[in-house]
Amino acid sequence: MTARLSARGVRVAYGPSVVLDDVDLDVHGGELVALVGPNGAGKSTLLAVLAGDPHPDAGHVRLDGTDLRAQRLTDLARRRAVMTQEARVSFAFRALDVVTMGRHPWRGTPREDEDPAVVARAMADADVTALADRTFPTLSGGEKARVAFARSLAQEGDVLLLDEPTAALDVRHQEAVLARARAAARGGAAVVVVLHDLTLAAAWADRVVVLVDGRVRADGAPADVLTADLLTSVYEHPIDVWHRPPREPGAAPEIVVLPVRTSGPSTRRPVTVEETP
Amino acid sequence: MSVLGGAPPRTRPSAVDPPAVPGPTTGRRLRRVTLFVVLGAALVVLAVVAAGTGQLHVPPAEVLGSVLHRLGLDVGPLPAHQHGESALWTIRFPRVAMAMLVGAALATGGAVMQGVFGNPLAEPGIVGVSSGAAVGACLVIVTGWTFAGPWTVALLAFAGGLVATVVVYVTARESGRTEVVTLVLTGVAVNAVGGAAVAFLTFLGDTQAREQIVFWQLGSLNGTRWVYVAVVAPLVALGLVAAVVLARRLDLLALGERPARHLGVDVERLRLTVVVVVAVLTAAAVAFCGVIAFVGLVVPHLVRMVVGPGHAVLVPASALGGATLLLGADLVARTAVPYADLPIGMLTALVGGPFFFWLIRRTRRAAGGWA
Repeated sequence: MTARLSARGVRVAYGPSVVLDDVDLDVHGGELVALVGPNGAGKSTLLAVLAGDPHPDAGHVRLDGTDLRAQRLTDLARRRAVMTQEARVSFAFRALDVVTMGRHPWRGTPREDEDPAVVARAMADADVTALADRTFPTLSGGEKARVAFARSLAQEGDVLLLDEPTAALDVRHQEAVLARARAAARGGAAVVVVLHDLTLAAAWADRVVVLVDGRVRADGAPADVLTADLLTSVYEHPIDVWHRPPREPGAAPEIVVLPVRTSGPSTRRPVTVEETP
Repeated sequence: MSVLGGAPPRTRPSAVDPPAVPGPTTGRRLRRVTLFVVLGAALVVLAVVAAGTGQLHVPPAEVLGSVLHRLGLDVGPLPAHQHGESALWTIRFPRVAMAMLVGAALATGGAVMQGVFGNPLAEPGIVGVSSGAAVGACLVIVTGWTFAGPWTVALLAFAGGLVATVVVYVTARESGRTEVVTLVLTGVAVNAVGGAAVAFLTFLGDTQAREQIVFWQLGSLNGTRWVYVAVVAPLVALGLVAAVVLARRLDLLALGERPARHLGVDVERLRLTVVVVVAVLTAAAVAFCGVIAFVGLVVPHLVRMVVGPGHAVLVPASALGGATLLLGADLVARTAVPYADLPIGMLTALVGGPFFFWLIRRTRRAAGGWA
């Protein structure tokens, strides 16, 4: 099977600091790939390179076999949607307006007629229907992130690049957003998600790619990649990996990743008001 | 959230109706229509009143009659006074037309500039574009150049405005966004250099040129002739059409540069186009009427408060609002003090200055500090 998105020998450097070095990555239609790694490992930069933002200093990124540099911005926009880490809107646009902006690539095409339906569905999928008339600056961080997620869904690209979509979300919405992303993958889309929560990555990703210091350290199925040894060395912190029996018989065990806490809550000195006279 | 989790991906909407998005969409439309109707009506009424007001009074009916007769319609009374007709057509109408054009140019220039800077405080006057254009225009006044006929002033004002816009644009933006402080301080710097250049030109000029520069700098529509209107009109038309065409993409720019690119906008080209559009509009406004500040700040802001920030409505509504505002301001400028024609730039600054102050405080509070 040929990859939808493929990066080969990608290198990005800002001055003397090399952010990505000789990165190879293939993302196929139908799979959800989680990009994980410590702060500053180059996850967001790799996602940006996959989106075509900074062109790599060396190597190349191809979408459907063609170098991103050779593709028209509109053609790209019709195939891949990107959710950046920080959602910001300069003026007081309503949430509905912001999601509708995701339809821009389809202006002037027959699919423009579907705009209202697609926008309504995207907003329902991201659970922001009730926020439609709120102006963007008045939303909370998590609400902003969900509106941005809805916007990327409204774009209807079948390559989805999501940079920490769950960082600001509560548990329910974290699950919901990743479930929706995986549903997109099951429908044939190629999905790349940058994640910090390794348990979330294990639960929803088909493949996990671990980046360290701008290089790919591991790339494979969650059960193969998310091991205590590898994670402990990658994050420079002792990490335990548990395999919990599945809820439904016959399913694969669930992977739970937890940092080892040397001084647990029970051994900590209780904090009381009397301590400060 | 019921849709989530098990929802099959739909690259195309299915036959199942999605939940309707609630919202007073019709209420918004009503507000838009109301705004355009109110502004349009105010503009027409003001135009008729302004044309009839002055040392030689012409009643509104006669003003309308005179226009209709020129259009070939034999309706309504002609001006009763023997000089009425000529007063209207050689002095008043060009001035009324110029006020509308300049007002529309200033307000549209402000709206578009705010869009590209992602900052509601960007305005050609504040960031120094007007002062760049002023340098170009003063150069023509002092040197007496006429190589392009009546277009010479406009041409050099455009060149000066373009240089100033590029300077502001290159220095004030940081990763696609302009901080309030940086923008205002850049404006201070550009205005200082522009002011120095104008001062030097004033020093170089002869007595007549000096007087001309001084009054021109105060901003005035006094002495507007049809020839000037003929230069300004096509420039304003060009700028307005371009601004309307760019409106949708300016909306996307509010998301930030990267997201706009992801949605298919060639951000670099868009920004360069906007820089040229702002320079054209500012040059058109400044060339014959001097620096009239704050219109580009006040009008788009008020329009946003009524109909929201979408540029497809903001740009034409600002043009209409700017035309109305400046026409009204000019009427005040020439009638507030009997037998005196106050500089209109002074008037707009008098009202706009405090407004700017209020806006800075508001923006600061909203952004939680000098963001």
